[in-house]
Amino acid sequence: MSTVTVAGPTEMPRAGLRATPWRAALDSLVVMERNLIAYRRVPESLFFSSVQPIMFVLLFRYVFGGAIKVIGFRGGYANYLMPGIYVQTVAFGSVATSIGLAEDLQKGIIERFRALPMARSAVLAGRTLADLVRNVFVVLIITAVGYAVGFRVEGLAGFLAGVGLLLLFAYCLSWGFAVIGLSAPNSETAQVMAFPVLFPLTFAAGTFVPVSSMPGWLQGFANYQPVGEVVAAARSLMVGGPGPAANHVIGTLLWCLGVLVVLAPLAVWRYRTRTT
Amino acid sequence: MANAVEATELVKTFKGGVRALEGVSLEVAEGTVFGLLGPNGAGKTTAVRILTTILAPDSGSARVLGHDVVHEAAQVRASIGLAGQYAAVDENLTGRENLRMVGQLTHLTRKVASARADELLARFELTDAANRSVKTYSGGMRRRLDLAAALVDRPPVLFLDEPTTGLDPYSRVALWGVIEELTGAGATVLLTTQYLEEADRLADRLAVVDHGKVIAEGTSEELKARLGATVLDLNMGDDERAKQALGVLAGRWPREPVLSGATVELQLDGGARVVTEALRVLEEADLVPSTLAMREPSLNDVFLALTGHGADADQSDGKEATK
Repeated sequence: MSTVTVAGPTEMPRAGLRATPWRAALDSLVVMERNLIAYRRVPESLFFSSVQPIMFVLLFRYVFGGAIKVIGFRGGYANYLMPGIYVQTVAFGSVATSIGLAEDLQKGIIERFRALPMARSAVLAGRTLADLVRNVFVVLIITAVGYAVGFRVEGLAGFLAGVGLLLLFAYCLSWGFAVIGLSAPNSETAQVMAFPVLFPLTFAAGTFVPVSSMPGWLQGFANYQPVGEVVAAARSLMVGGPGPAANHVIGTLLWCLGVLVVLAPLAVWRYRTRTT
Repeated sequence: MANAVEATELVKTFKGGVRALEGVSLEVAEGTVFGLLGPNGAGKTTAVRILTTILAPDSGSARVLGHDVVHEAAQVRASIGLAGQYAAVDENLTGRENLRMVGQLTHLTRKVASARADELLARFELTDAANRSVKTYSGGMRRRLDLAAALVDRPPVLFLDEPTTGLDPYSRVALWGVIEELTGAGATVLLTTQYLEEADRLADRLAVVDHGKVIAEGTSEELKARLGATVLDLNMGDDERAKQALGVLAGRWPREPVLSGATVELQLDGGARVVTEALRVLEEADLVPSTLAMREPSLNDVFLALTGHGADADQSDGKEATK
């Protein structure tokens, strides 16, 4: 080994220690960058998380689509389907937050982070932000596939508003999945734990079929549960119908707020108290 | 000298009633190496995790450089470095990226973090592998990177949790050198180990931990002294000569020699001088021993005497609640 001094308590140039919001934001960006590098280095994970929604597009467009009656959509079922596919994709994508955090716990990285003078919230914020970026990437791919199967938007502004809304929704959902990730014994279990939450939410909604075709007792749930609201909002914004967007947008924002207010502190608490 | 680390009556019980720590107190003077010695599951890792603010104790308190580990955790984190036995480095990042990330999270400027990363990579012979993802690193390389990560912001207090467990002999000796270099530069080091030899070699003071309690504390010499001194076995060839030798050697030192068959056993409280004097006296009496053997009481002897089991014995009952 060379003779460069390894350490010794020498003062090194550094920023102040106070846990300012600015400091926390910078720490979050460092952690986000770290997570994005990992996604880039393991492109398989990104590839397969895109394959699944592509298969769903093809499955519903060409296999089930013919049997599903929707009316009043230009482009027919493709236009009905795509907003639902977007929401389902980003919702499933936010499970990556559970898996990523459970893996970090398992591998002891969180242990290292906890002994560093960084903002407590940065590990979670950095993770959820990286998963947001990941979702943006998957949305781009799905848009290309959607276009190929006949998806045509009403207007660019509405489409972008819809995408923005569902990405916001997925971001908030990530904080919920962070709780699962920080509670699971390992990443495999985290994934298994996330699905019982995700399946009823994504399928018992107007995601792929009109809610009016469901039994009455289910319709209330399907309309007003979080995914139901965001699907309806995204559909109104992207392809103009059915019904006005405003109510569903407000419903979605309320759900986002609710999830954040309840689950983000819970996630931070789990992060602080998780002992292994 | 001021204490860099002070712990008072730390108690920690994990879910399922595993009592990891049952009142551990210790003091580490600034600029010294303190060894926490004990078998698997003794509570060493739990103690380190509390001192590094990762875990909160159920009761008791601890201070690092005067800052409380619970109430002033931020200040504590700013002055410590931690290298664990699990080599907590990010597999998907390169070695350089790992060190830069830690540098940025310890709030070094981007430029300083980069320069420091390169310096440490060179110091730990990782420059050639700097741009490879850690996934491709050998176990020894990961451990070196983990240690380098603990040193990024030159922390005055270092916690090394079983730093050499699983290392090959070459890397182990290299790591000992690093630790000596660190204390030479004024750092305080608290290390845990299962290796008696290592504790003996590195630590200024030791605490022997078993079942969550400190069962002995002191310098390695003091601990050995508890078992009595080094023993010199003088084999005189036959019982008759041994008796004669006993006569010649008697009455010279506080501890009287003991006869055991053809061997005279001499306790060396007074150190090496006793050996030279004994040999001179025997030679003058024409009673040169046929063989000589020196027995140093090892820390393993200490452990055996204190706990009733050897230090290498794995305990399943006091399982350390970690991974």
